[in-house]
Amino acid sequence: MSHFARRQGWVIGLFALLIVLFIATRIIQPGYGSGDFGSLARAVLPYAFAVAAQTVVVIAGGIDLSVAAMMALTSVTAASMMAGASEEYALFVVAFVLAMGFVLGALNGLLIVVTRVPDIVVTLAMLFVLQGAALLVLGAPGGGAAEWLKAMISGTVPIPGLPDAIDAWVPKALLVLIVCLCVIWIPLRRSRLGLSIYAIGSSELAAFRSGVPVKRTRIIAYALSGLFAAFGGLALTMSTGIGAPIPGPYLLASVAAVVLGGVALGGGKGGLLGPIVAVFVLRLVRTDLTLLAIDPNVTAIIEGAIMVAVVMFGAFITMRSRQQ
Amino acid sequence: MSNAATGPQSVPYGRRVKRFMADRPLIPLIILLVMLVVILQILRPGIVNERWIANTIKFAIPLAILAGCQTMTMLTGGIDLSVGTVATMSAFIMATQIVNQDPAVAFLLAMMPAVLIGVINGIGVGVFRVHPLIMTLGTSLIGTGCLQVYQRTVIASGAKIPDFLAWLGTGVTLGFPNALLLFVPLAALIVFTLARTGFGRLLYAVGDNERATRLSGVQYWQVITALYVTSSLLAGITGLLYIGLIKAPSLSLAEPLVLPSVAAAVIGGTSIFGGRGGYTGTIIGALILTVLTTLLTILQMPEGARRILFGLIVLFVTAAYLRIVEER
Repeated sequence: MSHFARRQGWVIGLFALLIVLFIATRIIQPGYGSGDFGSLARAVLPYAFAVAAQTVVVIAGGIDLSVAAMMALTSVTAASMMAGASEEYALFVVAFVLAMGFVLGALNGLLIVVTRVPDIVVTLAMLFVLQGAALLVLGAPGGGAAEWLKAMISGTVPIPGLPDAIDAWVPKALLVLIVCLCVIWIPLRRSRLGLSIYAIGSSELAAFRSGVPVKRTRIIAYALSGLFAAFGGLALTMSTGIGAPIPGPYLLASVAAVVLGGVALGGGKGGLLGPIVAVFVLRLVRTDLTLLAIDPNVTAIIEGAIMVAVVMFGAFITMRSRQQ
Repeated sequence: MSNAATGPQSVPYGRRVKRFMADRPLIPLIILLVMLVVILQILRPGIVNERWIANTIKFAIPLAILAGCQTMTMLTGGIDLSVGTVATMSAFIMATQIVNQDPAVAFLLAMMPAVLIGVINGIGVGVFRVHPLIMTLGTSLIGTGCLQVYQRTVIASGAKIPDFLAWLGTGVTLGFPNALLLFVPLAALIVFTLARTGFGRLLYAVGDNERATRLSGVQYWQVITALYVTSSLLAGITGLLYIGLIKAPSLSLAEPLVLPSVAAAVIGGTSIFGGRGGYTGTIIGALILTVLTTLLTILQMPEGARRILFGLIVLFVTAAYLRIVEER
């Protein structure tokens, strides 16, 4: 138990922080109910996928600056393909867009491996490329989304055997998030490939000498990142009903949540749960600040300050533990 | 004909060219720059004249100074993504404070956030060992928020661009942009600092092997703090110059320069992992990016295609450059 607590200490702390924030929210706004939680879950959805995309790459010892642009591209592609098309066609669109994210992500990884240019520079260049492609697909916000896709993240799911009071607290968006992440992450984490991703992030040389196919693993890590980003793009289209070619603030948010979630920026450490909880924490802080009727501009300052303070605190803790 | 000149140990011509370029990494960059200008001249005969050159230099200078910030931080293995926000802040504060204040006071007020953000960055990276990417992103987020709040308080007083900044930013004397008056000494100072002073050597040393540097008695946090304060000050000065060039204060004035400034430093041959590079290459990198932007504008492509090409060219140039330099 103590071993578990030590290994998951950071995530447990985050959960505690999340609960404290929920209690604070209830105190600030006694009427905060299941409906508000549902809209929180919907707002978190694209952020959570962006963070998942960043997490995989950071664990593998890299960084992906093209996450937000990838989301914009996949979102406009989905929206422009679904505009005026039938509901069944949308199923094909979803598959197509996910495959596109996967392939473009793999291209990121391939370029890094082949050109040997640092990952920051490659993904920075890809940021421009993907942004440009998004503008070519759709010059201005527009397009459409299938009704069943939009319905997928609004409202709640009736779970048999649960009273309505609890059921109301399980929004569909949250379930979609959990299912999509678990289906990919849990098998990955338990597979040889998952281990390889952690290995190349921890020490590329050691991984190489132990027979890990470093290049292939790196490409797959970026491909998975692209896949998650495509999920994020779809989530954007699902929640807004349209696609917008200008990327949202997801790059900064994804890096912040990855760090806040206890994933070391050097790679090899951390999991997916921490960053996802961190996203909820960051969004809930924003909700609370809005409920407190604080100027939204001050909110940006507070968010930035929290991010910097948390990261400094985390770095301080690591330093202390290393000295002991 | 080259075979005769090589004499007894006939090294293949291609290998010799490669080695020559690897020894002088600036040469391929200059060749690329000249090639871009030639392409431009072919596409639009007569465009390359005195005015065009002055204009290109004018727009390249702010980018080159910001890329200087990236070069110096990259030498230590860091990066400074807060330069855009710092430049915007000092430009905006200058433009709004000059309305009611003495120019000197307005200048000091405009430089204050730059110093403050630099100190916070330095302490975060140097003392608490936060990753520079995160630290500078965080401070830039805070800075943008502060600027938005500040904007509310000065909305009534309006803004104006001081005459001397407009003169410095856009003026041209005898065919030379006035901005060179600021840039040439600044660039000389940066090159001199990096190549000839103890501080410059410390930057290379820290980036090359931090542990060894620390064991040799270098106070890591002092070097890093001084570095990030310098970088922020340079960004602040860039902001003042840029507002004189653009003449429209806004809350996202210098933001579009941040990513190109990283690209300029990388194209110029500075390693993002630290310990290798210099400022001369970065200046040429900034010129290349500026000419490239003009070229893409002239081709009259849709905005999307322009961005795609920009990204691809940055990637291609960096990859080719690495190939050449690593071949030695």
